[in-house]
Amino acid sequence: MQYSKKVIEHFRNPHNQGLIKNADAIGQVGNLSCGDIMKIYLKISENKKGEEIIKDIKFETLGCAAAISVSSALTVMAKGKTLVEAMEITKDQIVKNLGGLPPVKVHCSMLGVEALHQAIEKYNKSHN
Amino acid sequence: MYKNKTIYLDHSATTPVDKAVLKAMLPYFSRIYGNPSSIHNFGQTASIAVSRARKNIAEFLNCEAKEIIFTSGATEADNLAVFGVVNALSKSNQGKKLHVITSAIEHPAVLEPFRKLEEEGIEVTYLPVGKNGAVNLETFKKALKNNTVFVSIMYVNSEVGSIQPIREIGEIIKKINQDRAGENNKNKIYFHTDAVQALNFLNCGVKYLGVDLLSLSGHKIYGPKGVGVLAVKAGTPISGVQLGGHHENNLRSGTLNVPGIAGLGEAIKICGKNKEKNNRNILKLRNEFVARARRLIPEIIINTDIKNSTPSHANISFVGAEGEAILIALDLEGIAVSTGSACASASLKASPVLKAMGVKDEIAHSTIRFTFGRNNTKAEIGAVLKILPPLIKKLRRMAPKL
Repeated sequence: MQYSKKVIEHFRNPHNQGLIKNADAIGQVGNLSCGDIMKIYLKISENKKGEEIIKDIKFETLGCAAAISVSSALTVMAKGKTLVEAMEITKDQIVKNLGGLPPVKVHCSMLGVEALHQAIEKYNKSHN
Repeated sequence: MYKNKTIYLDHSATTPVDKAVLKAMLPYFSRIYGNPSSIHNFGQTASIAVSRARKNIAEFLNCEAKEIIFTSGATEADNLAVFGVVNALSKSNQGKKLHVITSAIEHPAVLEPFRKLEEEGIEVTYLPVGKNGAVNLETFKKALKNNTVFVSIMYVNSEVGSIQPIREIGEIIKKINQDRAGENNKNKIYFHTDAVQALNFLNCGVKYLGVDLLSLSGHKIYGPKGVGVLAVKAGTPISGVQLGGHHENNLRSGTLNVPGIAGLGEAIKICGKNKEKNNRNILKLRNEFVARARRLIPEIIINTDIKNSTPSHANISFVGAEGEAILIALDLEGIAVSTGSACASASLKASPVLKAMGVKDEIAHSTIRFTFGRNNTKAEIGAVLKILPPLIKKLRRMAPKL
């Protein structure tokens, strides 16, 4: 198997998979060269300090095993974080979190980050 | 997993070595280890095995033993056929522009040598295929020119299993060669076919097909990897590509792979003996699999033209799920298949074969190739059809609605 145990765990039992019906923001990115499409739904609320945090996050992905695992791992990493913190999640962190990805699959993790960034940026635009 | 066993449905990639084949190979590793080129007894004993294999292969292909050139596999045989013949023809036609024909769905072992010839100034026509994955005879006839000297078309496509009209093309070429001889046009057209995927199922007699050259490989017919053959009809102009010895009539230098050759000789003998029975069984399994998959899984597209394919192939698109994800999910259940999806290829490009057949990218991405073999059983098909429908449903549910 070309994938790490962690990737396979996420692929078998993805976390936060599904959609949020009245989401506060949605980000969607697709990659034509690979045919992957990732969609991230966010529900935003405030913590005690008054910072905006990701209260709930869900994903929908059409893509390879790596794309699905990246989506799952990303949502786990982002959940509960402030929007500022979530914007700081990098593709390297996801790859590390997953115990590595085959080099040709690393672009999948970029897509996940892009979808999350897009959702947060959209939220920031409509609320500030 | 089905009864804790793995299920192998990727026979187009490779096949398990038959026990009788392995037995035929074993003496030639450390007991009968001579170099068949050596004239002492050690060498000559090994050379007997090579001669026996050569005879078996010649019988299967209905040609002469001296027309069999052993190679390291079909990739080398294809390279030798394309470069060997076209280089020899270029030499004898210096200054003349030559034209050659192949198809858009060839194995890269043929396509890439043709691209190289193109770079070197040879004119190349890449024949398109229809939705059925087969070359059209009218299109082929139209592509022919007065300076066409070489044609290479595969017998069976490895991804969808489509059978190409090799015998019909052979007849057209024969007729043209006769006409040319009458018109004092010295150029003959030489015809090569890569028959790797056909050997198990179809008549591969070179005279039946009307081909001058034919490539085959050991590991697709329950034989060993690392051994193949290029059959070259006597009188065909061809020059060696790999130089440095005088093996195989100077056409393929390199010490012969005696155990591999002995195995290939045995594999091809078994292949010829059980062809019809295996064909019937595999066809039954494949057709049942496709019919039941259609009933159990909505929105699937069968890319294999069932009426014009080898019985082994079922190439199916599961629209709305991604092929590599399906492959990995099946692998986790112990089921081995392959995919035409870009996400599984190093190039991240969807299958050029499906593309040539007019299959859209997003559908090609959802493609799985199941290839059945002689050891598969009805129970295995049942097990796969239990696992596959919920697995596709799960992946489709994960995808965003577009």
